[in-house]
Amino acid sequence: MSREFPLVGKFPLAEYIDLGLDWLTDKFAFITRAVSNVLGNGVDAVVTLLTYPPPWVVIALFAALAWYLAGRRVGIGTAAGLAFLWNLQLWHATMETLTLVMFATAVAVAIAMPIGILGGLSERFHRAIMPVLDFMQTMPAFVYLIPAIPFFGLGQVSAMFATVVFSMPPAIRLTTLGIRQVPAELTEAADAFGATRAQKLFKIQLPLAVPTIMAGINQTIMLALSMVVIAAMIGAGGLGGEVWRAIQRLQPGAGFEAGIAIVIVAMILDRVTQRIGQTGTKRH
Amino acid sequence: MSKIRVHNLTKIFGEPTGPAMQLLKEGLDRKEILKRTGLTLGIANVSFDVEEGEIVVVMGLSGCGKSTLIRCINRLIEPTAGSIEIDGQDIARLSDDQVLELRRSRFGMVFQNFALFPHRTILDNVAFGLEVRGMERDERVERAGESLRQVGLEGWEQAYPSQLSGGMQQRVGLARALAVDPDILLMDEAFSALDPLIRRDMQHELIALQSRVRKTIVFITHDLDEALKLGDRIVLMKDGYVVQTGTPEEILSSPANRYVERFVEDVDKSQVLTAGTVMRDAGAVAFLHEGPRAVLHRMEKVSYSSLLVLNRDNTLAGYVLAEETAEAIRRGDRDVCAILRTDCPRVGPDEPMGQLIGLLADVRVPVAVVDDQDRLLGTIVKSNVLSALADTRGRETEGGRAEDPAEDDREVPAA
Repeated sequence: MSREFPLVGKFPLAEYIDLGLDWLTDKFAFITRAVSNVLGNGVDAVVTLLTYPPPWVVIALFAALAWYLAGRRVGIGTAAGLAFLWNLQLWHATMETLTLVMFATAVAVAIAMPIGILGGLSERFHRAIMPVLDFMQTMPAFVYLIPAIPFFGLGQVSAMFATVVFSMPPAIRLTTLGIRQVPAELTEAADAFGATRAQKLFKIQLPLAVPTIMAGINQTIMLALSMVVIAAMIGAGGLGGEVWRAIQRLQPGAGFEAGIAIVIVAMILDRVTQRIGQTGTKRH
Repeated sequence: MSKIRVHNLTKIFGEPTGPAMQLLKEGLDRKEILKRTGLTLGIANVSFDVEEGEIVVVMGLSGCGKSTLIRCINRLIEPTAGSIEIDGQDIARLSDDQVLELRRSRFGMVFQNFALFPHRTILDNVAFGLEVRGMERDERVERAGESLRQVGLEGWEQAYPSQLSGGMQQRVGLARALAVDPDILLMDEAFSALDPLIRRDMQHELIALQSRVRKTIVFITHDLDEALKLGDRIVLMKDGYVVQTGTPEEILSSPANRYVERFVEDVDKSQVLTAGTVMRDAGAVAFLHEGPRAVLHRMEKVSYSSLLVLNRDNTLAGYVLAEETAEAIRRGDRDVCAILRTDCPRVGPDEPMGQLIGLLADVRVPVAVVDDQDRLLGTIVKSNVLSALADTRGRETEGGRAEDPAEDDREVPAA
């Protein structure tokens, strides 16, 4: 008894996707490679900038920034956490990871904001992008790594690409949500006083959506961080690279060290971005 | 020419409107149209005029289409058919840009739930209309500050809406509408969300404000008391149609049909109230021996157009009119004897209010209430009677306002 699908052969989905990707690579690789170079250089430059001065200077700067943005407790926590990572000799890896996450988040947010705003303003657009977002989020993140390589080459930029694709959906969703949940009576009031669409968006809808948008950015950062370990498989380095090495060498201690480091970085980023979102809400 | 002329205005929610319009022409009502086409009839063939400087109250129960109507006037809702003329210009035909310009320059709107922007200070809320017009910051701060003074909220410029009580928030809403110096104020259930005492204060304040600013006001309410108190004229609506248009007196004294009758019968306390219970202190009066200059000065001070004149023993002599007093000054009269009018309506304190309404409809001057020796006890003007009617009803219905309709009657288009 045949186990094959009756009558017709296998639908060559994989082959079609490969063909399509090959074509895209063929036509556009020169662009993506250029982008890759620029971003790669950018990441390298920032990593160098962060690792060149003595770590305590950088720790002091980050702690001060966290204090300013999110208060004394988060500031002290940041200093303690980063000092601990320095002590574990994970300083360079931590800075790499932090840079990668910042770049990926910046790119993701830059793409997500206009899409999210459009989704908030147009019901039709909203309905069109929702399935795409579902697709992006449910597709196992590993899969994005494969096509990233022909476009961006092995290394950090491919990792960034996969990270951006994987972490962008919440920023889009929550931007859309933030705009849509602005009470209709407020947009109506803006209309009644003769506000244009742009005035309505920038003076009423976006400011009122800020807390929700910040929650989305927070989610994006957390997802980006969760991608760095996976991205290490294509040579992204950083803390994910440390974990990956520990897996290959079966060194649970080293694995946990790097894992805890990721947790600490995650906590710092989470507290700081959450607090920014809350200060936006305070008055409401 | 009327300031606002609404003619055969119709709004049908949903698409396509053609078949529903046809059914409407055939005289079917809202329920039937909904059943046959699935479309909601918002308002049907509504026509009325608003004169410059007049307060027209559009009244009706939840779902009668009054909110739809007011939003058609500034095109927040696109009318399906009919015309809305503002100073003779049909705004239903304007382009989007023209509508924007119209909203910026001609209309101020006040909303039921205030609709203040929570992320902006009170000052920036009030200045919003000026800001979208592109006015410079300094100028709009000044104008917004002026507007806040008008509603008695100076000193709150830097506060946020959440720090203010409901009554104060609605003052901000009013100031925001006044700041753009519109000729037309649209007030959508503006006081309905306030508690009864604050609400009464706001009504009185609006009347006082109106005497200073003289805007053309379209005021929406579901509350007959409010309509009687504020309206120069009342448009009564039901199920999208206008049932009756008239002055408060006309509506009270000759309801057009059972629906209006049922509405007003609660208010008909006029038989139990007497002149003595509704009269107010006369406030300013003149004396027969006084010179016309002093009399006119006093009239101007209280902004009356006439004053009652008393003899030295406080008995009523008659009244004088402002224009004739001015005439007397020009002639150089020493006192007001020459211009005294004696055909002054006077009643005893036991006069039932039913009679007063008829009496007040005919005269230009306050009705004097006198005792059996003809001494002046007080005066009655139209607003006394109406607010007394409203107050009695207010007291009776406080506690259980069961027949008060729901706050929000925005018709939702059947999707």
